[in-house]
Amino acid sequence: MNKSLFSRIDWISMLLYLGLVIFGITNIYSTTFDNTPLELFNPSTAVGKQVLFFVLCFICWLPILFVNPNFFDRFALILYVLALFALIGLFVFGTNISGATSWYLLGGISLQPSEFAKMATVLLLANNLSKFQSDLKKPKTIARAFGILSVPALLILLQPDAGSALVFFGLVFVLFREGLSLTFLLLGFGILLVFILTLLLGTSIVILIFTFAAGVIYTFLKRRYQKLKAWPFLASVFVAGLFSFSVSFVFENVFEQRHRDRFNIVLGLETDSKGIGYNINQSKIAIGSGGWIGKGFLNGTQTKGGFVPEQHTDYIFSTVGEEWGFLGSSLLIISFAILIIRMMLRAEKQTHAFRRIYAYGFACILFIHFSVNIGMTLGLVPTVGIPLPFISYGGSSLLAFSMMFFIYINLDANRLSI
Amino acid sequence: MIRNYILVGLTSGITLLFLIQLINLQLISSDYQTLSLNNAVEELPIYPERGLIYDRNGLLMVANQPAYDLMVIPENLNAFDTLEIETILNISKSELNSILKKAFTYSRKLPSVVARQISKEQNAILQEKMWKYPGFYLQKKTVRDYKIPIAANVVGYSSEVNSFEIQSNPYYNLGELIGRQGIEKTYENVLRGVKGKQLFQKDRFNRILGPYKNGQFDAPPIAAQDLVLSINAELQAYGESLFINKRGGVVAIEPKTGEVLALITAPSYDPNILIGRQRSEQFNRLMGDTLSKPLYDRGLQAEYAPGSPFKILNALIGLQEGVIDENTRFVCNGGHFYARGAFMKCHCAEGTYNALMSGIYRSCNTYFAKTYKAIISNGENPEQGLDRWKAYLAEFGLGNYLGYDLPIGRPGFIPDSKYYNRWYPPGSWNANTIISNSIGQGEVLTTPIQMANFTAAIANRGYYIKPHFVRPNNPQEMDSLYQKNKINILPEHFDTVIEGMHQVVENGTARIARIKNIEVCGKTGTVENFIRLNGQKQQLTDHSMFIAFAPKEDPQIALAVFVENGYWGSRWAAPIASLMIEKYLTGAVERKWLETRMLEGSLLNEYEKPLLGKPFSINE
Repeated sequence: MNKSLFSRIDWISMLLYLGLVIFGITNIYSTTFDNTPLELFNPSTAVGKQVLFFVLCFICWLPILFVNPNFFDRFALILYVLALFALIGLFVFGTNISGATSWYLLGGISLQPSEFAKMATVLLLANNLSKFQSDLKKPKTIARAFGILSVPALLILLQPDAGSALVFFGLVFVLFREGLSLTFLLLGFGILLVFILTLLLGTSIVILIFTFAAGVIYTFLKRRYQKLKAWPFLASVFVAGLFSFSVSFVFENVFEQRHRDRFNIVLGLETDSKGIGYNINQSKIAIGSGGWIGKGFLNGTQTKGGFVPEQHTDYIFSTVGEEWGFLGSSLLIISFAILIIRMMLRAEKQTHAFRRIYAYGFACILFIHFSVNIGMTLGLVPTVGIPLPFISYGGSSLLAFSMMFFIYINLDANRLSI
Repeated sequence: MIRNYILVGLTSGITLLFLIQLINLQLISSDYQTLSLNNAVEELPIYPERGLIYDRNGLLMVANQPAYDLMVIPENLNAFDTLEIETILNISKSELNSILKKAFTYSRKLPSVVARQISKEQNAILQEKMWKYPGFYLQKKTVRDYKIPIAANVVGYSSEVNSFEIQSNPYYNLGELIGRQGIEKTYENVLRGVKGKQLFQKDRFNRILGPYKNGQFDAPPIAAQDLVLSINAELQAYGESLFINKRGGVVAIEPKTGEVLALITAPSYDPNILIGRQRSEQFNRLMGDTLSKPLYDRGLQAEYAPGSPFKILNALIGLQEGVIDENTRFVCNGGHFYARGAFMKCHCAEGTYNALMSGIYRSCNTYFAKTYKAIISNGENPEQGLDRWKAYLAEFGLGNYLGYDLPIGRPGFIPDSKYYNRWYPPGSWNANTIISNSIGQGEVLTTPIQMANFTAAIANRGYYIKPHFVRPNNPQEMDSLYQKNKINILPEHFDTVIEGMHQVVENGTARIARIKNIEVCGKTGTVENFIRLNGQKQQLTDHSMFIAFAPKEDPQIALAVFVENGYWGSRWAAPIASLMIEKYLTGAVERKWLETRMLEGSLLNEYEKPLLGKPFSINE
């Protein structure tokens, strides 16, 4: 520790963070604007609440920054257990808001433990994978890692909040970084491909395509490798066919109509701008009408008219697109991307496995939120209700993401300490 | 290691994808701007108040009045006293229920109409009680208010634009009014002004949040102009009263200016009945009356044979062509044989010698038949003679549309050589074949306004100004819009026939039209007419016709009066013309006995005759 802590802080990331949060509050003000003068600290307005949570973030900032980096490693398990208790406690003390029991109501302020569970999970995952014995080539390690992800995800799925549960599986990318066989990744993409093709074209055509592809590849390779056996190709076609069957079975029989609709809208199999496609359609109209420089702060007609649902939370990017135009929204996207990529690149420089894995895990979670949320408002991804970190309205989300960010800043600043 | 950069690559890839989608949505596709505008901006028109209509003396004839629609916003409804609303609106419980149900189905948050254009009385009661009925409100509209219930045929009426008009004229939107008939139609653009627009920001329920961009795209309306008609409301009203229980009409023109002083068609209707809730019912009733045809403007649209007044024109043409002069005399033996075995009757006693003057005031058929024959025979052949005759008549505005500023009319008909060459082998016809034209029967057809117009031309001694119904704002506009249409006949010939027309009133067929201290010139007509009844041509009682102008020197009014099936000219038309001249020139009518006779006289039984399905006699 030859330099002061402040000089070692990643100020570029800090500036990006501050910029995003302040831009977020600006847009929350715009989406909830009702011609009354701005009251920055009035907790009965959305802006006021968000600002108060932002202040709370600053209060957390100093202790998190000055604590010994090894603290997070040691207390990871305790935080994780606390988070699990908080999630379990929801089934008893939780408050149901719009269909999901995801909140504790504490004197006018609602807290969402699933947001904090993300932090605990990343910490424990980093803690586990950084242990001397852990090796992601071993099934035992793999099973334990997936176990850490799955328990909170399952509890959250039961709330039910499928969107937040999905985020936890974004941490799989950390596992690939840390040595999980890339075959799983290829398998994952293969599964995704079969899934989408099945929905688009139907099972029989998927089987035809796979049979054809396997035949071509087999005959091509057979010329080079005389001893090539045919059964792995047949098996993979068989498995793909089976999967395709099960996809269409699950899709038709297990999914509810609203889930099916979400996929169908994005895949363009259904166009219904009034009913199920309303959200995405209105969001695209808002963004598309922004043009180059947007309609200006507080001047978004789509925003003012409340055409886009959940506009201060999940669909806040549509306001950005409408009022700040291509310049504002591309700047936001690029800032986000820089922040995520910067985190990952700086993580690579860490010598401590825990610190590296934590930074990587946090970047993963940001990546999932970023790509799913903005993808949804742009009509590229099915509707999944997760917020845009730092930007969307929501105290728990802001606080939890800020704390995770501050932990990253701490670990990054103390890269050279033991 | 590749695995270290998988997520970096994915993040970059997805960022790129997002940027491409942003470029696609925001920079390439222009649909979204429009979609967003349609979504969130409501354009509401601001209508300028429709122009007022005054008579020539500044009397307000047509104004505007507020009308109220009772509206409902279902979302705001509370339980309310349905019985009271039903009683005030005079509707049944089930009707009210079905109206409210429809409103609910249409939209819970947007207004629906409960009752259109409720009466003044209902409005007064409702205004008092509106506080009791949240969800209901009264929406103000403006409708016409006819201060004097006359001249419905002149001012016309408005109605909602139809889908064709919406498509062909971008100015109009669904539900807006457009002038449909009369002055309201011709002067639609002047009377309506130009509507302005106000843009509002609306929310996803279509509720208005406030002005869009502080009203910077709003456009103020351009005010409408008021119109001053050429009509003299007093004369018009008087004329209409004289036509109670008669069919026919009057066209009265100020000769010097061509301004129409009165355009009366009977029967007509009170224009106020086409305002308010009963409009469509009343309109259908008027449309459905195919016997008396109240929507048919007889003054402009009816094409009658002109009858004896037409003799004046033949006299003028004869004089100009030089085939007769003042002193030319023809003998009449109660008529004459114009061809072998073909006799045209006349009122003159046997052996009467008529010069032009007595020919006119006795309305001698023989005299004008012979004049006509001379006119037609004045060319190289009858074709040429006839076409020259027609050219004179065209100068008087006959045989074609006059071009006045009301939207309806008929051209009338003046036959030419081509016409007869179609009916008869060319060269096989001559003046005798078409002799009926000489006395205004035969193929000649004129509308009453054409007759009034040629009367004005005679009064002016050789020119007319196109009749019109709206007074130009100033003399310059008058000159540019309405020039003198000169007639190629010498003024002294006019003086000759005018003296004859004066004699008609002084000594001739229309002595009943004499007015103390006013020199009236006129000409009666008794017009034979036919209808087709059950496939048979059937003659009806003659139309009573009269054209007149007065005073003889410096004429102030020229008019044509016609009373359908009124028999001879001085029976109905001449007294009505005379009364109207007296009224117009002196402001009052002294001959109360004549006025009473006209007011109380009825021809209804005459009009019933052909409808009763029994044989009937005419001219009784």
